[in-house]
Amino acid sequence: MSHSVELAQIGMTFGTTRAVSDVSFKVEQGEFFSILGPSGCGKTTILRMIAGFIEPTEGRVLIGGRDMKGLGPNQRPTAMIFQSLALFPLMPVWENIAFGLEARGVGKAERRRKADELLRLIALEGYGDRMPGELSGGQRQRVAIARALAVEPGVLLLDEPLSALDLKLRQHMRAELRALQKRTGVTFIYITHDQSEALAMSDRVAVMSAGLLQQVATPRELYDNPATAFVARFVGETNAISGRISDVQDGRARIDTALGILSGRAGQGARAGQQGTIYIRPEALMPGDPVNALDARIERVDFEGAFALVHGRFADGAALAASVPSTRLADAPAPGAETRFGFAPEHAVVLGDA
Amino acid sequence: MRDLYGRFGPWLSTVFLSLVFIWLAGMVLAPNLMMIDYALRPNLPPAAIGGPDDGYSLNNILYLAGEATHRAIFLKTIWASALVALVTFLVCYPIAFWMAQRATTGQLSVALLLIIIPFFINEVLRTLAWFIILAYRGPLNAVLTNLGLIDAPIRWQGDGGVLAAMVYAYILFMLLPIYNAIESLEKAQIEAARDLGASPWRIHTRVVIPHAKAGIATGFVFTFMLAAGSYVAPALLGSPGSRWFTEIIYNWFFEGGDWNRGAAYALVLLVLCLAVVLITLRIARVNLADVAK
Repeated sequence: MSHSVELAQIGMTFGTTRAVSDVSFKVEQGEFFSILGPSGCGKTTILRMIAGFIEPTEGRVLIGGRDMKGLGPNQRPTAMIFQSLALFPLMPVWENIAFGLEARGVGKAERRRKADELLRLIALEGYGDRMPGELSGGQRQRVAIARALAVEPGVLLLDEPLSALDLKLRQHMRAELRALQKRTGVTFIYITHDQSEALAMSDRVAVMSAGLLQQVATPRELYDNPATAFVARFVGETNAISGRISDVQDGRARIDTALGILSGRAGQGARAGQQGTIYIRPEALMPGDPVNALDARIERVDFEGAFALVHGRFADGAALAASVPSTRLADAPAPGAETRFGFAPEHAVVLGDA
Repeated sequence: MRDLYGRFGPWLSTVFLSLVFIWLAGMVLAPNLMMIDYALRPNLPPAAIGGPDDGYSLNNILYLAGEATHRAIFLKTIWASALVALVTFLVCYPIAFWMAQRATTGQLSVALLLIIIPFFINEVLRTLAWFIILAYRGPLNAVLTNLGLIDAPIRWQGDGGVLAAMVYAYILFMLLPIYNAIESLEKAQIEAARDLGASPWRIHTRVVIPHAKAGIATGFVFTFMLAAGSYVAPALLGSPGSRWFTEIIYNWFFEGGDWNRGAAYALVLLVLCLAVVLITLRIARVNLADVAK
């Protein structure tokens, strides 16, 4: 049986609160799919609807083409990893991992064998008889994953499971999760508010805001071609300059701003004569570049080694964020100075204002 | 101790400590010592007290061991109290679980209010209410007869009546500790268990009850001790066939006029209650300090 997950126009209303509106997307079998959005955007609600903890008030959830309506979380081919992990603190690690098997009536010897096998998979061999409280954060994390994998789910649902870990461990676990997903071939649906996490791990990402789906795309596509202003601002850093779109042709748009006429790729809703905004990535802004010249006053330069983050204000007062490679740093003068930045048109996108 | 002195200064701290000491010595230690003293002496006319017949012995306690009816009532009081605790638990656990995990804030406050309000009334009056409800020509029999569920009124008084009244009287002492314990259980754990395919029964036996063990043990201990030491419910709702050990003790003091034997009986009850409590706590691996919390 295939384990694709399809949401068909699902919506969810809690009392008078509209948590999710008209969301549709399809996650393919074996895909690592992330749902990215700020807290309160409805992403956890969507995950809980897929898991079966709540029924959508509108629309359908299909797993492997089968309508999941009326099926409880225990009847769906999904397993969830909770934000808090929700390990059972009074059971040793191996019983935690084998709990799903115990619920299915598997005998003790077989449960133990399977638990040990999974402990090997997560590189925690010999930890079976410890209690969850005796493990470190990263180890508990892995136990939670093993516990979910023990029931051999077709779809693994992960609710910000890395948010409690420190940065180093989080980065390590990202790679580990990704590898585990490739190895097991299980469909992963991963919830996060951390955009770099979503970009680094996922095959595709759905971006959500205020209960609405903004865009579903590959990480690269999302970064280079944001469909909406929200995606442009939420995914990665950006410099936004508003104006009136004067001309659109051959995929290029020119926009008339207070800082001069700028050109970039024409994105969604870019039509001549309309109000629009041009979004320029920090790494696209180069000091001294003559194309699309923008004057700015430098306020602060944070040297980070490979590159430096330059903060300042454009001539009209809007904030400037540029990330300048160390090799080009000589062109960026000290704080307080006026500098001219420029960017290649293909590294900026013009969107029509909604 | 140093904490106390640090916080309240020497004067106030000394006052606190003396008050606690007076309480312990005067209200707990002295009466119990007196009871032990009484229990071990024979019952003598005033003139003979301090005379040659007056001396310590275990005769009063041995009398209980030799008296078949009293012994039977004593043993019955013990297991019936355990039964009261068990039934109270069965009644309270679902309510406590619902209150702690399912109820909305509004439902919770209404439920708590409904459960606590009856306890504003004196225990004797509450038991009297059961006396009225369970009376032979009382409302319960009337309702059941009219519904056609029974042909003739039932005599509820006796073991059943005593059990009902006690379960009702001690609900709070079982409910609140269990509620507190279950309330601290993270909802995600129940969801995780459900998600992994566990049946409701398994979720409760493997996740909720182990977590709430200390609360359940506390509830059992409270309810058991209160039931074993209860007097009003068996006196009002019991029948001659359902006598409680406390009634026998009462009789020795106030009908038999033998305080010594009464004290001996009370002492035996106290020791046995303590034993049951300690064994329960040992089984549940809970210590007394947790219960006090």
